[in-house]
Amino acid sequence: MGNMPSILTPDFGLLFWMLVSFLVVFFLLAKYGFPAILGAVEERKNFIDESLKNAREANEKLAGVKAESEKLLREAREKQAQIIKEAMATRDSIVAEARDKAQAEGRQLLEEAKKQIDAEKDNALRDIRSQVADLSVQIAEKVIRRQLSGDGEQEKYIERMLEDVK
Amino acid sequence: MQIIKYIRLGLFLLLMLLVPVAAMANEDEAGGEINVQEIIFDHMSDAYEWHLWGHTHISLPVIVKHHEGGWEIFSSARFHESADGTYKGFYIDKGRKGKVYEQGYEDRPWDVSITKDVVQIWINIFVLLLIFIPCARWYKKRLAEGDHAAPKGFKGAVEMLTMYIHDDVIKACIGEKHYRPYAPYLLTVFFFIFVTNLVGLLPIFPGGSNVTGNLSITMLLAVGTFLLVNIFGNKEYWKEILWPDVPMMMKCPVPLMPVVELIGIFTKPFALMMRLFANMFGGHTVILSLTCLIFITWKVSTGMGASMTVVSFLMLIFMNCLELLVAFLQAYVFTMLSSVYIGLAHPGHHK
Repeated sequence: MGNMPSILTPDFGLLFWMLVSFLVVFFLLAKYGFPAILGAVEERKNFIDESLKNAREANEKLAGVKAESEKLLREAREKQAQIIKEAMATRDSIVAEARDKAQAEGRQLLEEAKKQIDAEKDNALRDIRSQVADLSVQIAEKVIRRQLSGDGEQEKYIERMLEDVK
Repeated sequence: MQIIKYIRLGLFLLLMLLVPVAAMANEDEAGGEINVQEIIFDHMSDAYEWHLWGHTHISLPVIVKHHEGGWEIFSSARFHESADGTYKGFYIDKGRKGKVYEQGYEDRPWDVSITKDVVQIWINIFVLLLIFIPCARWYKKRLAEGDHAAPKGFKGAVEMLTMYIHDDVIKACIGEKHYRPYAPYLLTVFFFIFVTNLVGLLPIFPGGSNVTGNLSITMLLAVGTFLLVNIFGNKEYWKEILWPDVPMMMKCPVPLMPVVELIGIFTKPFALMMRLFANMFGGHTVILSLTCLIFITWKVSTGMGASMTVVSFLMLIFMNCLELLVAFLQAYVFTMLSSVYIGLAHPGHHK
């Protein structure tokens, strides 16, 4: 031991100070150093895990929303088609109805016109008849007056008159 | 810019070549033969003063106890002030490892001086705290703000290394179930050794003291592992030592296996202690030897000295790079093996 270099022989002073110093640094680092770093890394790991989980959930939710929106869109399209179909049917029915109505009205108008025409015709006939009657009376009157003058001439006169009347 | 860089590098290299020459001139003044072994051990041994350059050094406090009782605290500079190198009956005995002795007594007095290695340990601890405390504060501040972002730059590197040792060494070697209480200690051990190794590679003042290449230091670290393993080892661990699962003849009449296992308890930390010590000691020795080679060859002839300076210089660069690797590797190995031993002290039930 005697002639061995000092680095090979344990020295009490150095051991003592090394022990004290090491305990101090161990205490400081174990209390203030490493737990903060390890804790932060652990928390970061948890944070990342949670974020990933949240992202996955959000993705799933998004996929659900997408499906739902597609479903809504499909439904809307169906409804639209249905509405268009209904509108077309309504249009057809309205047009048909309008046509029927127009026809009916037309017919009615025609009938009314016919009636009026008939009435006019009757009136005219009645007029003619009364005029004919008047004429007849006048003619008869004239004829009766003519009779007073002669038969033959009377007859010719009557004929002429009739022809005039015609 | 590139050219300026090269010029600067060239000047730096030239300076590096001049340093040994200048140092040699100093050596010549002293006028002695170069004793490589003495120089190397002088550089690596603990001392009561910190040699800076030439004849300049920092005197460190000496704290010793008289054999009759009573403590003395004084600067090591006091030894140089008196003619015979004694102060209050104490003197440094160069023949006996340069330690302080008291006159009239053969055995060492109680000596808890703040030596070069102690100061170096304090500097290293300061560096460790300087690295980790601001880092930890940064994390706390960011967490308080609810910010989980990972750090960048130096803090990122610290976190990476910490988590690497924590996850891939401590957790992996001890096991998921038991690693937690040991993690702070083993991390401290790792970073203490790592920083000490690195600072030990610095050739000048704030570093350069050979701490991990001193058996006292590695012994203490190994004892730490030894205590953790054997105090907190569980029942299965002791059963495997005292009554291992081997054929009866190996343990019953003559307790062969238990004896081997009991020796194993001590050889494991002993190996830890020797491995770290020998690696750091070896690295420093090689670097110092290569440096000494420059001086020796200059003594032989100028031409040989100049050429060997170049060779030594290149070899020194290579060795320093290698030592950087060794600095990490030894800290890593020490931590890993400590973890493995602690893990072995917590065996699960056999399946």
